[in-house]
This record gives sequence, C-alpha cells and structure tokens, in this order.
Amino acid sequence: MTTSSAIGAPPRGVLGRLADRVGGGVLQAVLVLIGVFWLVPTLGLFVVSLRQETANNSSGWWTAFTKPAEFTLKNYADLLASGFTASFWNTVLITVPATLLVIGIAAMAAYAFAWMDFPGRDALFLVVVGLLVVPIQIALIPIARLYGALGVFGSIPGVVLFHVAFGLPFAIFLLRNFFVGIPGSLLEAARIDGAGEWKIFATVVFPLAKPAIASLGIFQFLWVWNDLLVALVFANTENQPMTKALQSQMRQFGTNVDILAPGAFLSLIIPLILFFAFQRYFVQGMLAGSVK
Amino acid sequence: MTDRLGGPEGPRGGDAAGSSPGPHEPPASRPETARPQIATAGPAAPDAHAAGAGAGTEKGTEKGTAAGPRRRLGPSPVLATAFLLPAVVLLGALVIYPIVYSLFRSLYDASGDGFVGAGNYAAIFSDPATLTTIRNNLIWVVFAPATVTVLGLIFAVLTERIRWATAFKLVVFMPMAVSLMASGVIFRLVYEQDPDRGVANAVLTSVGDVFGASGGYPDARPRENEQSPVTADQGAVATRRPVQPGQAVLVPLVGVKPGDLADAATARPAAPPGPGEIAGTVWVDFTQGGGGQVNQVDGTEKGLAGMTVEAVRDGQVRATAVTGDDGAFRLTGLAPGDYVVRLPQSNFEAPFNGLTWLGPTLITPAIIGAFVWVWAGFAMVMISAGLSAIPRDALEAARIDGAGEWQVFRRITVPLLSPVLLVVFVTMIINTLKVFDLVFVIAPGSVQPQANVIALEMWRVSFGGGGDQGLGSALAIFLLVLVLPFMILNIRRFRRDNQ
Repeated sequence: MTTSSAIGAPPRGVLGRLADRVGGGVLQAVLVLIGVFWLVPTLGLFVVSLRQETANNSSGWWTAFTKPAEFTLKNYADLLASGFTASFWNTVLITVPATLLVIGIAAMAAYAFAWMDFPGRDALFLVVVGLLVVPIQIALIPIARLYGALGVFGSIPGVVLFHVAFGLPFAIFLLRNFFVGIPGSLLEAARIDGAGEWKIFATVVFPLAKPAIASLGIFQFLWVWNDLLVALVFANTENQPMTKALQSQMRQFGTNVDILAPGAFLSLIIPLILFFAFQRYFVQGMLAGSVK
Repeated sequence: MTDRLGGPEGPRGGDAAGSSPGPHEPPASRPETARPQIATAGPAAPDAHAAGAGAGTEKGTEKGTAAGPRRRLGPSPVLATAFLLPAVVLLGALVIYPIVYSLFRSLYDASGDGFVGAGNYAAIFSDPATLTTIRNNLIWVVFAPATVTVLGLIFAVLTERIRWATAFKLVVFMPMAVSLMASGVIFRLVYEQDPDRGVANAVLTSVGDVFGASGGYPDARPRENEQSPVTADQGAVATRRPVQPGQAVLVPLVGVKPGDLADAATARPAAPPGPGEIAGTVWVDFTQGGGGQVNQVDGTEKGLAGMTVEAVRDGQVRATAVTGDDGAFRLTGLAPGDYVVRLPQSNFEAPFNGLTWLGPTLITPAIIGAFVWVWAGFAMVMISAGLSAIPRDALEAARIDGAGEWQVFRRITVPLLSPVLLVVFVTMIINTLKVFDLVFVIAPGSVQPQANVIALEMWRVSFGGGGDQGLGSALAIFLLVLVLPFMILNIRRFRRDNQ
C-alpha cells in the first residue's frame, strides 16, 4: 500500500466507495453513449445500403431491424452491374503505384538526407519541411496546364504523379527522421565490408525501416484512396476513381440513395480493413510525424 | 491536398510543436557540434545518439580526406544527387514551379492575356461571394479546431481508467480511415430533414416529444361564419359568447386532414355539466362522405383528443382540462360568472419537426459537426500518447499534497500536455483552412453559396464552371499565405530542435 492510499483511505468510507462506483458507472455509460454516437452515422450508411429503395424512401433505417424482410443485396448487385467496378479498379490503379512510388522515391531521398553529406543538405531539408503544409490548390491550375501540354491530362499516370509529388514532403520527413535513428555502426560495418551506398540502402537501411515504411505506406494509401479533389481536376470520366464517381451522383441526392450508399460503403470498406489491420503503424506514423 | 490529406498534414503540423525526431543529426553548417561523439554516444543515449555519432564520424572522415581522390568510407555528393534526383525533380516540377506560376498567373485576368496587377486580389476582398467564403473559413477556424482539441482531450482523459478503452478509441478513431467523400454521404443521410429518414432529426423530435410536445392538430380551425359558436382569436380558439358554469359548450373545428384522424375515436356530446362545471366537446364537425349537421355532434364525426381547454375570466385562466378520446372535456370548480372557453394556441402549433440542418443558417455548423466526427479520434490518440508520457510521480506528488482531481488535471496534466495540445490545435487550423471535400459533398447545391469556403471557391472559379483561372490563382495564393505562418513555425521549430 502506498502512502497516498493510506492517507486517502480513512475519509473514504462505504459511502465514498459507493460514490466512486456510481461515478465509474456514469462514466462508462457516458462513454458508451459517445461510442454509439460515433458509430451510428456509419452504421446508418451500411443499413441504408442494404435496404430496399422503397423502404428507404418510406421510413428510417433504424426501423429496419424489426423488419428483416426489407434487407436485400440488390443495391450492391445493381451498383456492380452499373459500371461502378470500373471506378473501383481506377482507384486501385491510382492508389497502388502512387503508394509504391512515394515509398521508393522518398526512401532514397531520406537516405541521402540522413546518411550522406552534400552541400546545402540542411537548407534543402528545411525546404522539404516547409513544403509540408503547402495546399494542393496552389498546383491545380499550373499542373492542369502542364499536363495539357504533355498530353497526360485526364489520364491515370497524371493523377498518380500529382499524388506522388504532394506525398513526398511528408514521406521524406517521416523516413529521414527514422533513418537518422538507425545505428551508424551498422552502416559503418557495411561500408568497411565494401558495400556500396545502393547496397547499404537496399540491404541494411530499407529492411530496418520496415515499421516506418509500413506507417508511411498506410498513410499514403489512405490519402490517395480517399482523395477527391485531385481526381476531380485531373481524372476524366473514363479514368475516374470511386470518389469522383460518387461525387457525380451527389447532385441527385435523395433519389439515388440506393446507388450512393452501397457505393460509399464499397469505397470505405478497403481503407477500413487496412486501418484495422495496420492501425498500430497508422498511430506510429501519426506520432512519429509529430510528437516523439 | 484535400483536407483529408490533412491527415498527412496532421503529423506534419506535428513537428511544429514536436521535438526533434533525429536528436543529434548534426547540421552541416556546424559540423563541430557533431564532433564530440563520445559525449553524445553515452550510455544514456541509445540508438539515435549512436546514429548521430556515426554521422559525426563520417563527416569527420570526409573532411579529413577531402583532398584524396575518393574517400575510403562514405558516399560522394554525386551519389547523393542520384539518390535525391527523383524527389527533387518531382517536387520542383509539381510543387515549387506551380507556386511561382500561380503567383504570376494571379496577376492576369481570366483569359491570361491582360495584366490586372492586384485586381484579382481586390476582387477577393470586394466580391460578396468570396467575402462569404472568408467569413465561413473564419467561423471554421474559430470553432472547429477548439472543439476537436477539447473533445480529444476529454476522450483521452476519460478513457484512461476504462478497461475497454481500446474498443472506444477504435470506434472514435475509425472515421480517420473513411474518405471525406464517404463521410459526406454518411452525414447527408444523418442530416436529412424528414425525421423519418434523417437520424439527427429523428433523435431531436423524439426528445421533443418526450418534453411536452403539442397535441398536434396544426390545421384545425373554426368555421369562419357567424353561426359557429367558436372563433379564431390570435391563434387560439375561443367561444363567441360568454359561458356560465352549468352550461354545455360545443367547439366544432374543421380543416383537420383525414390522415391525422385515422386513430381518432368518434365524438360524443359531453355528459351534462354539474354546478360549477362547464362541459363540452371538441370535435371535427365534418361528416366523411357528406351528411351531418353543422355545429352538431353527429354519429360518425371524430373527436379531437388531447386538446387543452381553458376557462378564462377577466383575462385569467380559472380552470384547465384536456379532452378525452371522444373530444369531451369538463372544466370544474368554477365560481358563478361569465367565462370564455378557450383552446390556447399550443393546440395548433405544428409539431416540432427537427432542424433544417442543410438550410442556409445551419449548414456551416452542421458541416463542422461532421468535421469534428472525423477528426476527434486523431486528437484523442495524439493526446492519449501525450498523457501516457506524463510522469506518474508528478501527479502522485500533487495528490499527496492534497490536490483534488480537478486541480491535478488543470494545474499539472494540461500544462504538461500543452505541446501536444498545440500540435493538435495547429494541425486542425491547417485542416480547417484547407477544408474542401466535406463542404462540397454535404452542402446541397442550393446552399453551397452560403456554405462556401476558400478552397472550394478556388476549385469552383477555376474548374467548376467559373472559368476564371486568374481569380483562381489568386485564391490559391491567398490560401498559401494563410498557411504560411504555420510553414514558418514548422521550419523554426525544426531548426531549433536540430541545433
């Protein structure tokens, strides 16, 4: 028993403990309520996506639990038949390369920043730190012109490159901070063994940095997968990802919930699975980029 | 990026207040600071410090053998260039060049041919539409970051002693993974006006029903002719002539929709009143399918249940009653005299139907609500990490000294957390300045002018039909200028931590 509890004990009689327990109960109840509050919106989307259109039009989704007959997979079947699958694959084709490229390019740059010496290194890194907060709006007009001149406007590679460029500052920042923490003796040993920089990078640093790369990967994947604005400007209808396809449906909101709800749910289910699978890395990345 | 990408920015803004990640990375300008390797690589300093020392060694070697043809250890600047090249090219072409280009483009008109100087910037600050966007961004910056940070702090503190804290955190944190597009769809459903479809109004109206809602016959009214015994009186319905105790009163009303009467019972004349009583019936004086006599309770007509009836004398209410299922009421305990029997206005108010979340007035608060839903988890997780880093003995010491829990929280926990709180707050400010998706998706087209924000207006005038890339560039530069203080803050923090 610590002194504090010994001191704390006498005034806390039965009543005190009862108050504690009631307080704990109230706290738990409040937290349950907040949790429900946070869960209900997404649950609503899910239930709406599984209900018949007529049922959605006539009553709230929360009444569906008493009427299981209203549940149907028809909305999803219709959605998949409507060509939404094309935008799903576009999302994949944009997100996967954009994530891999950012990891590769940023890891190389971060390695140079962390373990190589060259003139102006620190100044250049400060530029990267400064670019962390640049809003993408600044690049929409110039890049649209540039892409127009290069003939990649509307194409998937154009969208990918844009995402890579704007993902780089954070990626370099995160990885460089991790790389400088790798024991220098490991690199020294590799150099003494005659390994070149490429070999050290590929066989020593990169494998050691797996947790940081996982953090970066999950972040970058989520941002690109969830992006709307870049797709809105740079992807044409043929190459549009799910977010843009959904957005084009918003104008008729109210008459097409049977398309929107399953579409939105499909677009969020993969990020959600990844999030739950890798949430440890997600949180690590978040903290590494800020308070350490 | 979109403010979803703010996710990334989160951590970015992070280093604003965060400590240096690579504690002993020696700045190139002052290599000597890295020299005392032995000091930095002490036993108290594990990996990171050793790394710093390693870097120092390298540098030393490099400087020492700079004259030689090739250093034995460590890479050459040429190789460094090769490692940096892809990143530098991409950042230069797709991030830095656009900043310069936008700066120039913002000085030209819509076609890009006519030089207008600061004309586009003047337009931003004179056009009511763009002024609305600035005002809205201001509302966002004032309310959203503070709400997110405070909620995150509350959640983080409350979950500290809960066994199922992880489950709670996952639930609150989950929206971070969901695209703002999908979040927008989610909240469009939540904010639907019809309480039978939108869950927000469904909750509000059911709460409203619990706390004394009206009887709910908003359309009921007396006939407008001299023969009707009752007449409309400033929203209420009152008897035309004075009534004495012992008399019966008829309150025939019309205009009630048949749908509202589906469950109503048949009206019946009230039993004759006793002394000191006024009895009567409130009913719909209209026989379905025709027939029936005006101002008479006929066999098939419906009574209006739950109507409040008052006996008023000299402007004061002397008795109150509520009609039964058959519409009959009985006012008792009345002294002799002339009374007016009145059905107060509350009987005829439309039932509370929830709030117009997506209307012009509430749209911005409604979208901020969605933003808080998305970001509170981020704040909570960041602050939780900060909380777990607070030394327990500091708190214990304060408790032993007799400080209450609230005092400990306010005087010790919050000050120790202030770096994290600042990180979260600054991150949220940056995100609110850039907010785009949520406004674009949640605000219906008709109220988008009222909900508009700078980032959305920039897209709208440049690509969304506005057709003025000069003004669009000016708005983009304006946005950049707004985040500039945070950029400088980041750089300064980083430099200080790395000195």
